[in-house]
Amino acid sequence: MMFRNLYLRLTGDYPCAQLVEAVTEYLEGAMSPREQTRLERHLSICPSCEDYLVQFRRTIDLCGRITIDDVEALPDPARKELLRAFRDVLADESSDPRA
Amino acid sequence: MPFVPAASADFTDDGVLVPALRRRDQAAFGWLLDQYSAPLRRLARSYVSNDAAAAEAVQETWLAVITGIDRFEQRSSLKTWMYRILVNVARSKGVKEHRTVPFASLGEELDGEERAVDPQRFRDHRDHWPGHWAAPPVAWDEEPEDHLLGRETLSIVAAAIAALPPNQRSVITLRDVQGWDSVEVCNALDISETNQRVLLHRARSKVRSALETHFEEDAQ
Repeated sequence: MMFRNLYLRLTGDYPCAQLVEAVTEYLEGAMSPREQTRLERHLSICPSCEDYLVQFRRTIDLCGRITIDDVEALPDPARKELLRAFRDVLADESSDPRA
Repeated sequence: MPFVPAASADFTDDGVLVPALRRRDQAAFGWLLDQYSAPLRRLARSYVSNDAAAAEAVQETWLAVITGIDRFEQRSSLKTWMYRILVNVARSKGVKEHRTVPFASLGEELDGEERAVDPQRFRDHRDHWPGHWAAPPVAWDEEPEDHLLGRETLSIVAAAIAALPPNQRSVITLRDVQGWDSVEVCNALDISETNQRVLLHRARSKVRSALETHFEEDAQ
């Protein structure tokens, strides 16, 4: 019981269940300074939440290592058509007496 | 290969790209098409129900870019401007479809209690330490580096992102896969900072959870 009180005093009674919902807000720097201090105090004494934060950062890092190249490229006819449209806008403008 | 850039102009710089487009430099427009068609289409797909409609939305976006480039005021980056056009086009297509097709709205993805971690992994209110870990995460440091970054791990990440609801998928793709900052994403998708953060958090939490399952299965 004594240990529990000490633990709660040190962690500011910040539950781990609350931390896991706040990680993105924390990483985005969107927290109030007070809230951030509470979270950091908890982190400094809770190795499991520290592990969780490391995993979360690792997840973000891994997302940055994949690409969106698996989506098929624009099919050629559409590309040609668009390039023609692009050229034609110029032609229209130069034949426009107001231009 | 009809369009060989005259010099290797740096089209990643709006200061080079925008004037080139206004000069109707075809290399510039070709570069734009190659660079953005796939990501725009993927984003469009989160607003409409099928690939054909997504392709149509992208095509309309390109036409809007062609006709609008001279009026583009450069208050945002060209990229953000194009994404905004795409989102508007795709959204209105999605709304038209909505009459017949079930469509995941932003509201549906933001509402409701969606937990980052299964609540059962925390101690309940009868415990001395309610809300603290009962089944804490196991550090991934034990994983060998080549496994942690291996092809299989990356395919888990890609699959987890693909399985997300459309709006969460859009946000995590732009933020964490493509590396946009939050202001760019909010502008392009026309969502608030808070909504963006909620969507991103839910998306990241699910990807983390998928990775955790993957590493746990491997450990067995």
